[in-house]
Amino acid sequence: MSQDPTDITSDGPTFDQIPWSRVWSLGPQIDTDALAPGAYMKFDLPTISKHTLQGVRADFAQGVRAGDVIVAGEGFGVGSSREQAAGVLVHLGLKAVIAPSYSGLFFRNAFNLGLLLLTCPQAPEMKEGQLIKVIGSKVWVAEHHELPCEPIPDFLMEMVRLKGLVNVLKLRKK
Amino acid sequence: MIQSSSTQSFAQGHGTKGGAQVAQTLAQKIISRAAGVPSVQVGQVLNCAVDLAMFHDSSGPRRLEPMLKELDAKIWDPQKVVLVMDHYVPERDEDSRKILQITRQVAKQWNLPHVIDSQGICHVVLPERGHLKPGMFCVGGDSHSPTGGAFGCYMFGIGATEMLGVVVTGEIWIQVPKTIEMNWTGRLGRGVMAKDMMLHMIAQRGLNGGEYQAMEFTGQTIQALSMRERMTLSNLSAEMGAQAGLVAADQVTLEYLREAGVQKAQLEGFEFWCSDLNSSQERECFNASVLAPQVAAPHSPANTKPVDAYSDVAIDIAYIGACTGAKLDDLRAAAEVLKGQRIHASTRLMVAPASAKDQRIAQEEGVMQVLIDAGAQVLPNSCGACAGYGASFEENMTVISSTARNFKARMGPASVQVYLASPYTVAASSIRGRITDVREMLS
Repeated sequence: MSQDPTDITSDGPTFDQIPWSRVWSLGPQIDTDALAPGAYMKFDLPTISKHTLQGVRADFAQGVRAGDVIVAGEGFGVGSSREQAAGVLVHLGLKAVIAPSYSGLFFRNAFNLGLLLLTCPQAPEMKEGQLIKVIGSKVWVAEHHELPCEPIPDFLMEMVRLKGLVNVLKLRKK
Repeated sequence: MIQSSSTQSFAQGHGTKGGAQVAQTLAQKIISRAAGVPSVQVGQVLNCAVDLAMFHDSSGPRRLEPMLKELDAKIWDPQKVVLVMDHYVPERDEDSRKILQITRQVAKQWNLPHVIDSQGICHVVLPERGHLKPGMFCVGGDSHSPTGGAFGCYMFGIGATEMLGVVVTGEIWIQVPKTIEMNWTGRLGRGVMAKDMMLHMIAQRGLNGGEYQAMEFTGQTIQALSMRERMTLSNLSAEMGAQAGLVAADQVTLEYLREAGVQKAQLEGFEFWCSDLNSSQERECFNASVLAPQVAAPHSPANTKPVDAYSDVAIDIAYIGACTGAKLDDLRAAAEVLKGQRIHASTRLMVAPASAKDQRIAQEEGVMQVLIDAGAQVLPNSCGACAGYGASFEENMTVISSTARNFKARMGPASVQVYLASPYTVAASSIRGRITDVREMLS
């Protein structure tokens, strides 16, 4: 495995070497129908992702860049079990979602697809367009200013590092 | 306010103290058994053996087959898998035809012994065919999988990739949930049913108020409910963000299961599958006798108030459908209101019975004829407009629906306004062309 660029270890990258991520600020209770609208569910991820959040943030699917982050309110991902709701965010290159709470079902789906979700009570303090750094399972709004996030179990961080459960299962088979 | 007491904590010590077992909830008992340990503590993360995995045409083969190939793996135990075709049936375009073709082909290729094709919605046909028994630990590839909790099973929804993990390993990880007991006493008034109870609870706790923990519905009101009504409670636990929604099995459960073909011997010892006295970690109490019919306004099930708050809302479409709101009891409720009546000239009433079996029984009872005579259009036994995968409503329609979710743009374009209510309320509203308190019609 190549070295994980998001992980600062003694021999890893320094703070300066971690790229800044741009914040897309969304409200509370962003549901799975908003992330992966039902009418497009019969199509593949590239097609569904063109319509991600079209009812909430019409400029999102076009404007999002790899490495950006979503910062949202309570209950991100409520609703359906459709994992395409997390899959589109992986497809669009989102680095992480940061919110005070998630739907439990969406939480599992996201990690299974290698998407990092950070549970951060202070998430709504971050503003649209703000630049932050996500390093491991931590959020930094400036070099010496970390926003506390709930710890993530090692096996889930491993899932993020390996980019999803399929790769974990592959590794286990070897 | 119906909530009669503030949240009480019944938290006990956990695990084994001085050699004596401490009280375990139903959820803890099932998880202990599935994990192969004597007892479990809330918050503990464990691997559990899965007794049954259910998936459908959308979440199942079309997603699983490519990943299984990539892993060069096989289904761990086809006997423990149930596949249901319900989301893309009946085929309405080339894309859905293709999805169903793949599903049917893969079912053969995997030699799946339990395939239920176009016979109704997965959460309804699964227990109908006797697949669920008290104490089982089950997963489903659909968010409304907590429906299985009505049978005293620990059942929860997962996504397709996690389902891949289950069908390859036969196991899944779980964090032992606390049990939030929703205790109901008193008798429901006429025209009030499980859907109203659940909308009320969702309004009280919010869309994520279940905190991904286990809900357990207890009390005399619950014991008086039919299995299909209990299924409505468990089903909508998903809308409260609970992982599971449990009801301990009793004689009502046994009768349903015996009728569904479950052998007596398979139900022996079912009494064990209940929560020990005072074992729940949190408890809320509700009084059924003062509950009014409830309506959830667009665009959230938590946006619920008693029906009179919306009595001035004119509706275009009344929809009775889905695993939540079109089972036999729902069809009967609608017919009770619509008997000898005609729907309003400006309103359409659509009924999509949740399963072929429930529709057949309703037919035999004359219930279907009452609905048709009142002007209802009968739709196929599938997820239909509720899933929003194809059959959905037109621009600017105002809909009152017995389904589970009214998120913006779920059941049609973003301009569609969906109000959620019980089938009683939906039927009453179809007669007047506006949201109506069914109790005015049932005296």
